[in-house]
Amino acid sequence: MNQPTQKKVIVIPCSGIGKAFGSISRDATYEVTEKLRIDTTQTICLALLVSGDEESLQLVRNNKCVTVDGCPLQCAEKNVKLAGGNLVGSLRVIDVYKENRHLKPRSVTFLDPDGQQMALKLAERIAEKVDDLLGGQ
Amino acid sequence: MGKGREKKVGIISCSGEECVEGTISRVATRLVLGKLRPNETVTICLPLFLAGGREEREFTRDYPTITVDGCDKMCAKIATERYSGKPASSIVVTDILKNWQCPRLSSRRKLNDETLAVTRKVADRIAEEVDEVLRHWV
Repeated sequence: MNQPTQKKVIVIPCSGIGKAFGSISRDATYEVTEKLRIDTTQTICLALLVSGDEESLQLVRNNKCVTVDGCPLQCAEKNVKLAGGNLVGSLRVIDVYKENRHLKPRSVTFLDPDGQQMALKLAERIAEKVDDLLGGQ
Repeated sequence: MGKGREKKVGIISCSGEECVEGTISRVATRLVLGKLRPNETVTICLPLFLAGGREEREFTRDYPTITVDGCDKMCAKIATERYSGKPASSIVVTDILKNWQCPRLSSRRKLNDETLAVTRKVADRIAEEVDEVLRHWV
């Protein structure tokens, strides 16, 4: 993992492996960190953070964090809080779904077109959140 | 191992958001669950397991597990050993790729055809481990 030389927003998806919403949270995170806000965001492995990896702990404590959760258990949000991370935003896939009920993502392993579309909508929301946070620095 | 219960093997994949090997471990796990051994396997969200999910930890105490890690930090294996005991088998994607003639891997987000072929081989390897665990079911 690379520690950012300048402050970045750390976007942390939930890692869900059993449901489409978990895959959507991860894909939306990649869309933000690899395309939409490539210079101002970064992601980390949630499992590595929860394992107590020191580098990951420092990263979430020293940078603003936005979590993206796929299910009501909200593992990403809870674990960033437990790690003492600087949590400044929590987004949920379900909220995007509620506004886009015509989309019916079903595929988990590889997102289907509805899942991809929902991931893009979620990514835009994450990017807006990042802009808000950086504008306030 | 199975304590007379239904024969199920838990496959615990690392979440691996940071590298393509993490994606390979996740997708390979999904291929085993969905296609190769759908009736014999279940999976567990690793961060939920790590955070103390009761059902997840009970399952891993009562049933055999196979951990699939993308890198040598081995979050899945270490967590399983810490909270529920030694997994029946452990796979580390970066280790097994060293022994294979691998193409240049694709990005972590979208697997190209070559990386997908590698992922299918990893899935086959996991399925073999599942069969092995079931062969020794007590």
